[in-house]
Amino acid sequence: MNDNADEVRATGIQWDDPSIAVIRRDMLRFAQMQLRDAGAAEDMVQEALIAAMNNASGFAGRATLKTWMFAILRNKIVDHIRKSSREVCFTDLSDGTDEGDARLDAMFNRTVMGTPGMWNLDDMPATWSDPDAALSQKQFWAVFDACVNHLPERVARVYMMREFLDLDTAEICTQLGISTNNCWVILHRARMGLRECLEDHWFKGEARA
Amino acid sequence: MMSCKEATRLMSEEQDRNLSARERITLRFHTIMCIGCTNYRKHMAFLRRAAQRFRDGFPSSE
Repeated sequence: MNDNADEVRATGIQWDDPSIAVIRRDMLRFAQMQLRDAGAAEDMVQEALIAAMNNASGFAGRATLKTWMFAILRNKIVDHIRKSSREVCFTDLSDGTDEGDARLDAMFNRTVMGTPGMWNLDDMPATWSDPDAALSQKQFWAVFDACVNHLPERVARVYMMREFLDLDTAEICTQLGISTNNCWVILHRARMGLRECLEDHWFKGEARA
Repeated sequence: MMSCKEATRLMSEEQDRNLSARERITLRFHTIMCIGCTNYRKHMAFLRRAAQRFRDGFPSSE
């Protein structure tokens, strides 16, 4: 009991607090999204929690506890991807390239003053009022999550490595064995799809409300 | 004038690499005249902010 009290004083983290269970659940969701492998995701979260407990003194309270634990988890996931990239055959993942390209092309069917490739009036991005307000709304994150998962597997994979694991495009190309240009095209498709999905499923409704 | 299709590609790539001076100027010229792409560029910046929040552990869904 004394030991426990000392530990709490030393680190300020109570590992049996219900809030830790909530963080753990969100970590698992995040890891599953990145790895699409429930077993590996569970392992990564476990390793991250052990690392966090062993290095609790490294939590200086500069960030929130959740942010700090997510940083540890991301490092574990990046290590895992670096170690296992040779085993995963990226080209086997469904990419929907032709379908995706056709969809993308179809949005730009208008010619304005002799220049083709302009937004169709129906597809033109709308003005979003105060989008940052969405960032603190729980329902927004459910929509965001669903929109990322809705992307073709290959596209989502590259997007998540770039944006959620903060890898640069050079490293992503190396890990996945694709060209830099291909990487940029895939990221472009990801952002285009995500933007449209958020507009259709969140911001349009917001504007009407 | 640059097409919207080309402009959107550059607006994605500027998140991943430095655009050349020429690319920046043609893109700027395009967005001044195009409300759709002006919005698109704001949305790209928003997506980056959202992704950063997401990777730090989005708000819990309780």
